[in-house]
Amino acid sequence: MPEAIFGAIEAGMIYAIMALGVYLSFRILDFPDLTVDGSFVTGAATAAILIVNGYHPLIATLAAVAAGFIAGAITGLLHTKGGINPLLAGILMMIALYSINLRIMGKPNLPLLREETVITGINNIWESIGLNGLFGSILNAIGLGDVLPSTWGVLIVMLIVTLCIKFLLDIFLRTEIGLALRATGDNEGMVHSFAANTKNMKVLGLAISNALVALSGALIAQYNGFSDAGMGIGMIVIGLASVIIGEAIFGHKTIVRATLAVIGGAIIYRIIIALAMRVPFLETGDMKLITALIVIIALILPRFINKLQEKQRKRKRLAELQAGNGGENFASN
Amino acid sequence: MLQINKVNKIFNEGTPDEKMALSNIQLQLKKGDFVTIIGSNGAGKSTLMNIVSGKIFPDTGNVQIAGIDTTTMPEHKRAHYIGRVFQDPMAGTAPNMTIEENLAIAYNRTKTRTLRLGTSKKRRDFLCDQLATLHLGLENRLQAKVGLLSGGERQALSLLMATFTEPKILLLDEHTAALDPSRAELVTQLTKEIVEMHNLTTLMVTHNMQQALNLGNRLIMMDKGQIIFESDETEKQNLTVEKLMTEFQRIRGTQFMSDRALLA
Repeated sequence: MPEAIFGAIEAGMIYAIMALGVYLSFRILDFPDLTVDGSFVTGAATAAILIVNGYHPLIATLAAVAAGFIAGAITGLLHTKGGINPLLAGILMMIALYSINLRIMGKPNLPLLREETVITGINNIWESIGLNGLFGSILNAIGLGDVLPSTWGVLIVMLIVTLCIKFLLDIFLRTEIGLALRATGDNEGMVHSFAANTKNMKVLGLAISNALVALSGALIAQYNGFSDAGMGIGMIVIGLASVIIGEAIFGHKTIVRATLAVIGGAIIYRIIIALAMRVPFLETGDMKLITALIVIIALILPRFINKLQEKQRKRKRLAELQAGNGGENFASN
Repeated sequence: MLQINKVNKIFNEGTPDEKMALSNIQLQLKKGDFVTIIGSNGAGKSTLMNIVSGKIFPDTGNVQIAGIDTTTMPEHKRAHYIGRVFQDPMAGTAPNMTIEENLAIAYNRTKTRTLRLGTSKKRRDFLCDQLATLHLGLENRLQAKVGLLSGGERQALSLLMATFTEPKILLLDEHTAALDPSRAELVTQLTKEIVEMHNLTTLMVTHNMQQALNLGNRLIMMDKGQIIFESDETEKQNLTVEKLMTEFQRIRGTQFMSDRALLA
């Protein structure tokens, strides 16, 4: 059980990068970008094929980022220059990428077992520094030594990488270009009147968003040890789930807070799924249904709670009024 | 500073809804001119504003700003020269961003945007000084989201954002029409002060004849896509609402007569 949770946090840290990308397009640009389902796999496929062909895993991962950047830019161009509706532009790109991903990999599934990847690299370095022993002895001292995994490398390195990306994104969104990008999602007409090209902003935003998604895909492929043409199905919904859960639990008053919330949301989502997997009658195939249910609940619950609070407020106010007007009315209620 | 030469614009050309929105408009503004535009609905006031701002392009004729031909220059490029305030107080600001961030976006109107921070310490002091000129206390609420401000405050902020970078042309499109009378008065007063302070070349559309008379040094009246009446600096000082009304009746009257003559 703790091992499953630990794995969920590890994977959640990597999926959080994808969630940050979805946050950028969905929340900042107000553009529901379905390209994500395709660009996640594009990242995985690009990294996998380069690793299999003997390139350094870091170079392979960077190439994946570039591929995602291009995919996002094309979606942006379809929308801005081609005048295609945002949802449709994303869907078209997603479908097109499915074929492209198969072409990149050459076959539907590309295993990375026994290949040197970023993940194995992290583990090797971690091993050589010998920090596992330190963590292990700390955990042993508090009596948890035998239930937790033997390596912390991936978790800690991924935590650092994801937080670095978060900070870079926070800073970018405060630069002159970043401000114009945020305003594009907030009030497009206003951005025009202050001499920024909203079309370019959208293309740039979608490109960065999908670059992050592809990075996440590349790392997940290396983490799981394979790249698969179907691994991106429903990825946009997972991203949305992370964004919505995170915002609901951790708040989103400022950008800094919201990006942190999104990372938290991605991890919590993974934990929910890990727990759901342990429910006896649920199968792996049910996970998409559970994901959809989580998003639906996360979307509906806040409205429901608001309504309930409103009702309570009104009832309280009514009671106060009646109490003021005379005791007997209040008593009869 | 602004030159509009023989501009024509037809909407829905070739359909039964064809409408002559602007016909042979000729208008010149010298540096520091403040022209108020009045006219009934559908007179072409807003179309004229949109032609200047680049939201729509003229069918024929050309527009020059500070000697540069901007006839077909896209809106966002032309915005380097133009400050705009819209009728809707929500239109000129980004509601989910802070006052400071909105001002930072406005600050970049005349510049190329880079990866420098939009709100550095030095810039914040400058923006704060600018906000203080509104006397609304907004300089103490830099981190407040603009969506939390009242309509009047938002419009005052929009006005500041459009002007503190000293645009070549300032376009005000009924920018007080959606405010209650006291707020409208405040924004009108601010407009007067700001335009005088920066000596801005301004084009203002209004429905309020008194406002059109109080503000600016020139006045034009539009009807059916044409400029039907123009008064220069000396004439305008003696104008009253009554005089404008009779002038309007006189011109409309003769036009009506000539229409009837044509039909007869």
